[in-house]
Amino acid sequence: MTFLVAFTLFVLAIFLGVELITKVPPTLHTPLMSGSNAISGITVVGAVLAAGAGHGTFTQVLGFFAVALATVNVVGGFLVTHRMLGMFRRKG
Amino acid sequence: MSPFAGIGYLVAAVLFILGLKGLGHPRTAVRGNLLGSLGMLIAVVVTLLEQSIVDYRAVVAGLLVGAIAGALLAQLVRMTAMPQMVALLNGFGGVASVLVAIATLLQERDAGRLMLQTSIAASASVLIGAVTFTGSLIAFAKLQELMSGRSIGFRGIQAFNALLLLGGIGFGALLASNPDAEIWLWGLVLVAGLLGLLLVLPVGGADMPVVIALLNSYSGLAAAATGFVLSNSLLIIAGSLVGASGLILTRIMCRAMNRSLANVLVGGGTASGPAADADSVYAGKIKSAGPDEIAMLLESAQRVVIVPGYGLAVAQAQHAVRDLTNTLEARGVEVEFAIHPVAGRMPGHMNVLLAEAEIPYEKLKEMDEINPSFAQVDVVIVLGANDVVNPLARTDPQSPIAGMPILDVDKARTVVVVKRSLSPGFAGIPNPLFAADNCLMYFADGKKAVIDLNQALKNV
Repeated sequence: MTFLVAFTLFVLAIFLGVELITKVPPTLHTPLMSGSNAISGITVVGAVLAAGAGHGTFTQVLGFFAVALATVNVVGGFLVTHRMLGMFRRKG
Repeated sequence: MSPFAGIGYLVAAVLFILGLKGLGHPRTAVRGNLLGSLGMLIAVVVTLLEQSIVDYRAVVAGLLVGAIAGALLAQLVRMTAMPQMVALLNGFGGVASVLVAIATLLQERDAGRLMLQTSIAASASVLIGAVTFTGSLIAFAKLQELMSGRSIGFRGIQAFNALLLLGGIGFGALLASNPDAEIWLWGLVLVAGLLGLLLVLPVGGADMPVVIALLNSYSGLAAAATGFVLSNSLLIIAGSLVGASGLILTRIMCRAMNRSLANVLVGGGTASGPAADADSVYAGKIKSAGPDEIAMLLESAQRVVIVPGYGLAVAQAQHAVRDLTNTLEARGVEVEFAIHPVAGRMPGHMNVLLAEAEIPYEKLKEMDEINPSFAQVDVVIVLGANDVVNPLARTDPQSPIAGMPILDVDKARTVVVVKRSLSPGFAGIPNPLFAADNCLMYFADGKKAVIDLNQALKNV
């Protein structure tokens, strides 16, 4: 992927993100934040690639911590969002 | 990247977009979150099948440890601790991006195929990720009350931060031009980490909603930068989506306080000095009342509005409030909650707390919705809120909160303020509401006050 293509994706995704999140009711501010936070844990994909490259001990250790921390971010983020939304739904 | 993974990443990106869109609407929020997690699962699975992965030991160990820790954290965290939980998760995402950028940089360099574009992107990723990490840790420490929530800083801290940022960019440029000199890499890590600390330290507790939203945005941007390092389309797309949505939330929060982002980041709003005129505002005008007196007021009321603030979260009073609400409603009193957009320590904090106590969503009214009707309210109970009900925001253009939209509780027939003392709120200014003719002060701990009030009401 050339830099220009990557940069195009970046700019388009920023615009898309702004358009997606325009009017959000205050009740959903926290779930939106923890949910989008979990999505930012997408860096786990990069962490898996780095940890599995079989390069050397040092980068493997870095990779292990990257995978573990990003996975906490992803799993914790999605689950806690689900738990929170369940509370909103229980009544009303 | 194999075409198989490419298709998988495309599917994941679409699911993230649908997920974020869903999270913005009450009816679709649960499905949105599920779509997002499905996207993540697909992304991880197709990555695991990549041929470039030759050693699964660290990968599997990391996934297991992370999944167990994340699941435990999500199940055990109390709803009152959600702000610090989000801060911590943000920090983890940020530091993971840093580690990936460093590992990839070293791998590519040693393999002799490092491109300038990659090392520039790695520098950006380390810079943003490290700022996110240490900044989030400070936010966590402040919210968990491991350290003071007050603004901490020194003269010239903003100029110093600007220097740190320039230094970080300088180290990044040196690293990009000479990737063999690892000294620049570690220098960059150090400078960026310090910058994150010093960016969040001056931010006071009441401004935390803005900072949490901003750090959320940063963690997305760090992931996007890591996407440039790896030339990975999914990281770029997902990271940018989150970066943009975090910025939107940040802007919503700033607007709700009528402050600019720059003003929040320099720790503005913590005016010093005016504490002296607290005496002239309060002298001889404060009327205090106990639970029995207030219970009688409530007994004859038709419409009661409760205004929760951060004090409610601190006192863990949300369940006691629910009980009081039930008692009032059993007596035919209409009860509603008025929620200020920046009440609490994170966007939507009060909504989460009250939802945990099973207070129905329809009873929660937004500021713009309820403000015109305060004149028809018999009793307002202010619970652990201060600055967001301070009429000075409307009347005194010199006040540090001038122009901030507030809840017009002073227009109600009677206002009961539950508070431990007359100490000022985060803005550090006296609140003339407390001295108003229609205001009664109920000096007590929030939770105990509500429980006693509920008991007194049952005895009336």
